[in-house]
Amino acid sequence: MSVQTREPEAADEKPKGGDRAQYGVCAFLVLLGVMVIVDAMRISHFASSNDPVGPRPVPIILGVLLLITAAVYTVDVTRGGRGEPESGEDIDLTSRIDWRTVLLVIAAFAVNAVLIEWAGWVISGTLLFWGTAFALGSRHHFRNLAVAVSLSLITFYSFAIGLGVNLPAGLLQGIL
Amino acid sequence: MDSVAHLLDGFAAVLAPSTLLVALIGVIAGTAVGVLPGIGPAMTVALLLPLTYGMEPTQAFILFAGIYYGGMYGGSTTSILLNTPGESASVVTAIEGNKMAKAGRAAQALATAAIGSFVAGTLANVLLVLVTPVVVSFAISLGAPDYFALMMLAFVAVSAVLGASRLRGITSLLLGLVIGLVGIDSVTGQRRLTFDIPQLADGIDVIVVAVGIFAVGEALWTAAHLRRSKPTVIPVGRPWMGAQDWKRSWRPWLRGTAFGFPFGALPAGGAELPTFLSYVTEKRLSKHREEFGKGAIEGVAGPEAANNASAAGTLVPMLAIGLPTTATAAVMLAAFESYGIQPGPLLFERQPTLVWTLIASLFVGNLMLLVLNLPLAPTWAKLLQIPRPYLYAGILFFASMGAYAVNAQPMDLALLLVLGLLGFGMRRFGLPVLPLIVGVILGPRAEQQGRRSLQLSGGELSGLIGGPVALTVYAAIALILLWPLLRRFAPRLLRRDTPARTG
Repeated sequence: MSVQTREPEAADEKPKGGDRAQYGVCAFLVLLGVMVIVDAMRISHFASSNDPVGPRPVPIILGVLLLITAAVYTVDVTRGGRGEPESGEDIDLTSRIDWRTVLLVIAAFAVNAVLIEWAGWVISGTLLFWGTAFALGSRHHFRNLAVAVSLSLITFYSFAIGLGVNLPAGLLQGIL
Repeated sequence: MDSVAHLLDGFAAVLAPSTLLVALIGVIAGTAVGVLPGIGPAMTVALLLPLTYGMEPTQAFILFAGIYYGGMYGGSTTSILLNTPGESASVVTAIEGNKMAKAGRAAQALATAAIGSFVAGTLANVLLVLVTPVVVSFAISLGAPDYFALMMLAFVAVSAVLGASRLRGITSLLLGLVIGLVGIDSVTGQRRLTFDIPQLADGIDVIVVAVGIFAVGEALWTAAHLRRSKPTVIPVGRPWMGAQDWKRSWRPWLRGTAFGFPFGALPAGGAELPTFLSYVTEKRLSKHREEFGKGAIEGVAGPEAANNASAAGTLVPMLAIGLPTTATAAVMLAAFESYGIQPGPLLFERQPTLVWTLIASLFVGNLMLLVLNLPLAPTWAKLLQIPRPYLYAGILFFASMGAYAVNAQPMDLALLLVLGLLGFGMRRFGLPVLPLIVGVILGPRAEQQGRRSLQLSGGELSGLIGGPVALTVYAAIALILLWPLLRRFAPRLLRRDTPARTG
C-alpha cells in the first residue's frame, strides 16, 4: 500500500505556540519518500530504445521531492507555520479530537469491510449504518435499526438487482 | 458551423423522453445530495457514480451532467441557509447570502442564486460550444512535450496558486502523485509500490481515492469534532424577486459570467478566484455599498454566476485536452475513463455524438434546475435538518457501496479506510485535497507523456522542451513560481528606479 495510516499525535492541540503534531507529517513524508525510493531501487534496471527512461526515474524523483518537502516542512513548522484545520457546517473546532467517536466509526467501517463478502451487503451495510449512527451519538436504537435495514434492502434491490451493480447477497443468498 | 450541426444532433438525442427522464433523475439526485451539509459537488459526483453503473455511456453522461449542475446548485442553497459553505467556491456566496437570509430575505437570495446560475450557466454553455472546437483544433496539433508541459502547469496551478499555503499544496500534490504510481508500469510491465498484493497491480482506482479522501475523510473528521448543538436552519418559502432585485441582479450576473468562464477555461482555473473577483467588483460598482456585509443582493448574484460560469469553463480543458483543474472535473474524468473514454481532442473526432449530447444535456439540465428549484426550495431546505448521525452514517454507507461496486473487492474497502484516514490527517493539518486528486489522475498521464517525449528525442532531456507551446507554458510556470519573489522585490526595484530617473 502506498499510503500508511498516519497517527496524528494530537496530544497538544492548543492554538497557542507551534502545532508540534505537524512534525508527525514531516516524519510521514520522510518515511513515504524512503519507501518510494527503496521500492524503485528494487525494480530491475529496464531501459530499451523505445523507452529510454524506464520505470525507475519517476519514483526516484518523487521520493527525492518528498524528502526535500519534508525538510522544508520541518523548517516551516519550527518557524511557527501551521495549517488551518478544515472547518465546516457540523464541525466544532473548539473541541478536542474525540478519539472515542472516531475509533467507533472506524470499527463500524472495518466490520463492514470484513463481513461484506461472507455476510452480504444487506447485513454488513446495516451494521455499518447502525454502528456509525450509534457512534455519532444517536440513541434511538430501534429507529436507527429500522433506517439501517431499510436503506440496505432498498440499495440492494435497486442497485444489485435493478442496475446490476456488484453487491454480494452473502448469507441471505436465496432469501433476498 | 460543424459544431452547431453536432449540437443540434445532441439536442435531438437529449430530447427523447427516456433521456429527459435520466436528466431529470440526475438533476434531482444531484441537488438532493448536494444540498446535504458537508457534501460538496465533487463528493456528490463521486457518491452518485454508482447510479451510472450498468448504463450505456451516453445515458450515463447525461445523468452526470444533471448531477454536476444539481450538486453545485445544492451547495449554494446550503451556504445561503446555513452559512459555512461546503466548498471553497461558494465561500463568497455565503458572505452576503447568509446575511440576506438572516435579514429575512432568504427567498430573494435563493432566487438570485438560482436565476443567476441559470443565466450564467446558459451563457457559459454557449461560450463552451463556441470555444471548445477552437481549443480542439489547437490541441490536435499538440505533441507529447506540450501535453507534458500543460500537465506540469496544472500541477503548479492547483498546488501553488489555489489555497493558502504553497508548501501544503505541494505536499498534497506529491501524496497524490505517489498514489498514482501504484500498480503496473504501463510501458514496461514492472510493478511499482504494489508490495506483492495482487489487487494493487491494477493501481488504485481514482474513484476509490476520491470517495476515500472526500467522503470517508470528511465523515471521520466530522466524527472527531461533531457539533453537538442543533444547527440553525433559516426557514424559507418559495424563492421570488421583486423588480428592484431584478434591477440590481442582472448586471452582476453578466459580469460574474465574464469573470467565471475564462478563469474556468484556463488550465490554471478554479472557481475561487473569479468568485472573489466578482464579489470585489460588485462591491466597488454597487450603488448600495453600505449594504455589503449586511446582505447585499449583488454580492450573491455576481459570485453565484461566476461560480456556475467557471464550472462550464472547466469543461473546456477537461473535454478538449483531458486536463481537469477542479476536483469535480477530476472525478468526472475518472468516470469517463471507467467507460474506456479518453477525453482529449480525439474524443471529438471519434465520438462526436457522445460529446455533443453531453453538452446539449448541460443546457437541458440547467433549465430543469431552474424550473425545479424555485418551487422545490422549501423541500431542499428541509433536508438541511437531517439528523447528523444519519447524515454521516449515510455518507459512509453510500461511500462503501460505491467503492465496493467498482471492482467487487473487499480490499477496496480497506483501501478506502486507509485513504479516509489520510483525508482525516489532511483535514487536521490543513493540507488541501484538490492537488492530491489532480495528482492521482494526471500523474500517470504526465509520466506517460514525459516518457514519450524522451523516447522521441532518444533520451535527450531537450526532448521535454519541445516547441513554442511548451516553451510558453514553461514561461507561465516560471512566472507563477517566481511571483511571490517578484512581488517582494519588484517594488523595491521600482523605487530604486524612480530616484535614478529624477536624479
